Amino acid sequence: MRNFLLVAIFAAALVGCSTTPTTEAPVEDHGTAGQTAPGAGGASTGGVQNGGVTGSQLGSGQGGASELTNPNSILSKRSIYFDFDSFVVKDQYRPLVEAHARYLQSHPNARMTIQGNTDERGSPEYNIALAQKRADAVKRMMTLLGARDNQIETVSFGEERPKNPGHDETAWAENRRDDIVYAGE
Amino acid sequence: MIPLLCRWLAACLLSFLPLQLAYAQLSIEIVGGAAQAIPIAIVPFEAEATWPIGITGIVSADLTRSGLFRMVDTNGVVPRPSKAQDVQPAVWRARNADAVLVGSMLPLPDGRADVRFALVDVVKQQALVQMSFTVSPQQFRITAHKIADIIYEKLTGDRGVFSTRIAYITKQGSRFQLIVADADGFGPQTVVSSNEPLLSPRWSPDGTRLAYVSFESRKPVVYVQSLETGQRHAVANFRGSNSSPAWSPDGRKLAVTLTKDGGSQVYLMNPDGSGVTRVLTSQAIDTEAMFTPDGQSLLFTSDRGGTPQIYRASLLGGQVERLTFEGSYNVSPRPLPDGKGLVFVRRDGGRFQVATLDYATRQVQVLTQGPNDESPSVAPNGRLVIYASREGGRGILAAVSIDGRVKQRLVAPATDVREPAWGPFPRS
Repeated sequence: MRNFLLVAIFAAALVGCSTTPTTEAPVEDHGTAGQTAPGAGGASTGGVQNGGVTGSQLGSGQGGASELTNPNSILSKRSIYFDFDSFVVKDQYRPLVEAHARYLQSHPNARMTIQGNTDERGSPEYNIALAQKRADAVKRMMTLLGARDNQIETVSFGEERPKNPGHDETAWAENRRDDIVYAGE
Repeated sequence: MIPLLCRWLAACLLSFLPLQLAYAQLSIEIVGGAAQAIPIAIVPFEAEATWPIGITGIVSADLTRSGLFRMVDTNGVVPRPSKAQDVQPAVWRARNADAVLVGSMLPLPDGRADVRFALVDVVKQQALVQMSFTVSPQQFRITAHKIADIIYEKLTGDRGVFSTRIAYITKQGSRFQLIVADADGFGPQTVVSSNEPLLSPRWSPDGTRLAYVSFESRKPVVYVQSLETGQRHAVANFRGSNSSPAWSPDGRKLAVTLTKDGGSQVYLMNPDGSGVTRVLTSQAIDTEAMFTPDGQSLLFTSDRGGTPQIYRASLLGGQVERLTFEGSYNVSPRPLPDGKGLVFVRRDGGRFQVATLDYATRQVQVLTQGPNDESPSVAPNGRLVIYASREGGRGILAAVSIDGRVKQRLVAPATDVREPAWGPFPRS
């Protein structure tokens, strides 16, 4: 309105200040890469994307990377979708859950995290609990099917990690889900 | 050195940009108004124009924003009064004013100002309050907020919240920031920046610390951070999810939701993370715990009855009482400071709305229309509720008076804003 330059200087001053220890926590450099998945046995290299050859077997040991990522293998399917406000695992996802449970059973050193998610509607804090319940529901199925309890950690992202950033039913349906991530991935 | 320089630089720039919006600062628009706004005339202070930043403009903006006041035109009153004894009640009654603010801000040799003001009730023809402050121009804003607080309290009977601060989360691209700003959105300061989501900022009762949830380690972890030093520590980083922190009224305990023992359950701990004890046990989701103002009970959300509803649990006897019964989704309880009720979020059809529940009458009053209103936070005087809303696909903050009559939108350009938390009264 009056003086854009002054605004810019002001903004710069604030930005400059925001890096001082008085106002800034040392979170700055924590990107998504290079972080340790919780309970994942110290596998610190994140971001093994599909299409790349997965050369390292950090944490999960015991071969089988291609088994987990081969698009023809059901083990490459990693998402389980839920109805609104529900944590019931639908029958259509039973083969997927069974396959991962079998994999864990036959690979005792393999570890996975099940990440629960909700759509954006409602309380963000309640959604953390609801998403946790979705992750726990799949874990319970897998342990009943032979996976050991200590192979699976469940965590919740609540509504914070939408797969689809939209604000309609199509987006919400994609966001009400559990994602399976193996240690080292 | 550098922080000081920065603070000084920011202060200088602030003082030269009295009405200019800072980068990503919230700007406020008032949507509604009280039926019976108090008409008040705010006369520009003597010598005010000689300073780079004024005081009466900020006082006017504060009072107008509350929705409880109507500004009476002061143009053409000659001579302009600056002391209580100069106020001629008949002149102001003719303009339908009930109260008049007059004052002066004369320069002192050391560069500071001698700020004096009087609030005159022109109906009863008496001065309600007269005060003086010796302040530097950098302190004009906070002085103006203090004056507005005093006027608000004298004329409405409730303590003002213009000197308080708010915290909120912004998202720009993939960048999340926890921001603390004055209650009018001025002077935003970044407390935490992260590439992963931040959630649930909660002020310690003395206003010196914030508890919050960060996903920076790819799971929810509860941190407590000092606003003075910026130092922080993870106070709840257990296996599973750690979320929904809340301070006890004496600041000595945190309630948190943990899943370390299976299921989302409520625990108490010391603010340094020690002494974790489970306080509720159910097979269902228990979360969003908040202490009641007497510190003796927790309000929380649970789906133990099949749908998420609000309950109250005594911390002494352990009895649990269900408080909400209408509808299939009642969440996010926030106690009112008078202990007589709570603010919460309900779903009505597909609409999420902010509402109040009165304990004595069990009456629910809906304050907002929705459809995407969430995360309410009550001002320390109990008169206003700030909450997150959505507009054109973007997160904004809004505030509503506790009777639902006055609404404000707080908008930051090109930024998603959410998770507001109203800070406590400043320590005097």
